[in-house]
Amino acid sequence: MMDFVIGHYNYWIAIFLMMVGFYTVISRGNLVKKIIGLNIFQVSVFLLYISLSTVQGGAAPIITEGTELYSNPLPHVLILTAIVVGVATTALGLALVVRIKEAYGTIEEDEIHEQDHSL
Amino acid sequence: MTHNLILRVVSKTLIPAIIIFALYVQFHGDFGPGGGFQAGVILSAALILYALVFGLDAAEQVIPPTLLRSLASLGVLIYAGVGVVTLFLGGNYLDYSVLGSTQIAGQHIGILLVELGVGITVFAVMLLIFFAFADRGRP
Amino acid sequence: MIDLFVNITLLAFLAITAVAIVRMTNLFAIIMLFGIFSFLSAALFVVMDAVDVAFTEAAVGAGVSTVLMIATIALTKDQKEKPSESHRPWLPLAVVIVTGAALVYGTLDIPAFGDPEAPAHTHVAPHYLEKSMSETGIPNVVTSVLASYRGFDTLGEVVVVFTAGIAVLLLIGGRRPTSKSDNPERDQNDA
Repeated sequence: MMDFVIGHYNYWIAIFLMMVGFYTVISRGNLVKKIIGLNIFQVSVFLLYISLSTVQGGAAPIITEGTELYSNPLPHVLILTAIVVGVATTALGLALVVRIKEAYGTIEEDEIHEQDHSL
Repeated sequence: MTHNLILRVVSKTLIPAIIIFALYVQFHGDFGPGGGFQAGVILSAALILYALVFGLDAAEQVIPPTLLRSLASLGVLIYAGVGVVTLFLGGNYLDYSVLGSTQIAGQHIGILLVELGVGITVFAVMLLIFFAFADRGRP
Repeated sequence: MIDLFVNITLLAFLAITAVAIVRMTNLFAIIMLFGIFSFLSAALFVVMDAVDVAFTEAAVGAGVSTVLMIATIALTKDQKEKPSESHRPWLPLAVVIVTGAALVYGTLDIPAFGDPEAPAHTHVAPHYLEKSMSETGIPNVVTSVLASYRGFDTLGEVVVVFTAGIAVLLLIGGRRPTSKSDNPERDQNDA
């Protein structure tokens, strides 16, 4: 039982972070906070992938003499590029927030809806 | 922030070290941790630090945004161009083995060029994004 | 054993920081905490042997994205998150708990953390690890997979970064038109 919990602890924390991020995105009205929630969501996915790539007793995937066991390099590649793409898309989201602030004078979702007479 | 002496002195000593480190990460990425993505971000962080401490105008004199726009496209062009060159040399797209006399030499040249393209694009885009945000705040 | 202890502690810190981020309302403090969150995750990636990823996360998450977020709150001049009337916590909480429960159910079949026999480690990864030196001559397998074996994928990623840069420039590049600023009424007619 204890082995099972320790063996799955990483995944559960990743899921918990995903829940926290998702909750922030759907329950908060402030647009900057929504984007931070999205980022937490993103980090949770990174964490899940890297957890899956780990090999017990393995080394970092840089070939050196005398080392036999390495962790899986493929998820590292996927996540490395995802981080850089992630910051570029975050910047795009933040640029949209800046434009919304200039157009509506607020970054609170409620006040934007009020001005649009939507909702 | 432009009048803060300690920040100015410390960042003047730090920025060259950060740039050297970025170049090390760029070209040593084959043997240790690192590569174009990391190097590009670190290099742009050095210039963002410069802009934060010495002001946006000074930073835009060091590297004008028009140059950055060309650099951003240049990186993608280098990457895609390596693929086209391998096509003309008779290989598949992005098959670097045909670039050198032996397979390993070709792979080395290809990976070096491709990582350089990645580094240039990431550096230029990160800095362009920062300049766009910072420019927007000016009166 | 020590690895496992560090791993568990850092993950607990990560969870606590995330909860603190949700509960706070001061945006500046939230962004600073998000920088700490990124650094913690970078440390965690080092513990899990993903040095290249940790490197990137430390430079990007804690460096560039924090600067961009601070630039945004400087531009929007909103320091505090306002309490929202239309957003009640119960429906989102229910949605999140259902999603989380489904995912936890899914993890029950995943091989345990660090299991060398997991399917993910037995198909294509051993090929990269064994052949990287003879096929590309590059000891860092992450670099050889990134640039050579999966070079086409990376080309796509670079184009995405480039496109995102262009989009940001289109949105906020150049000076703000002065005549239209501070006029929230303008867009009502367009909407």
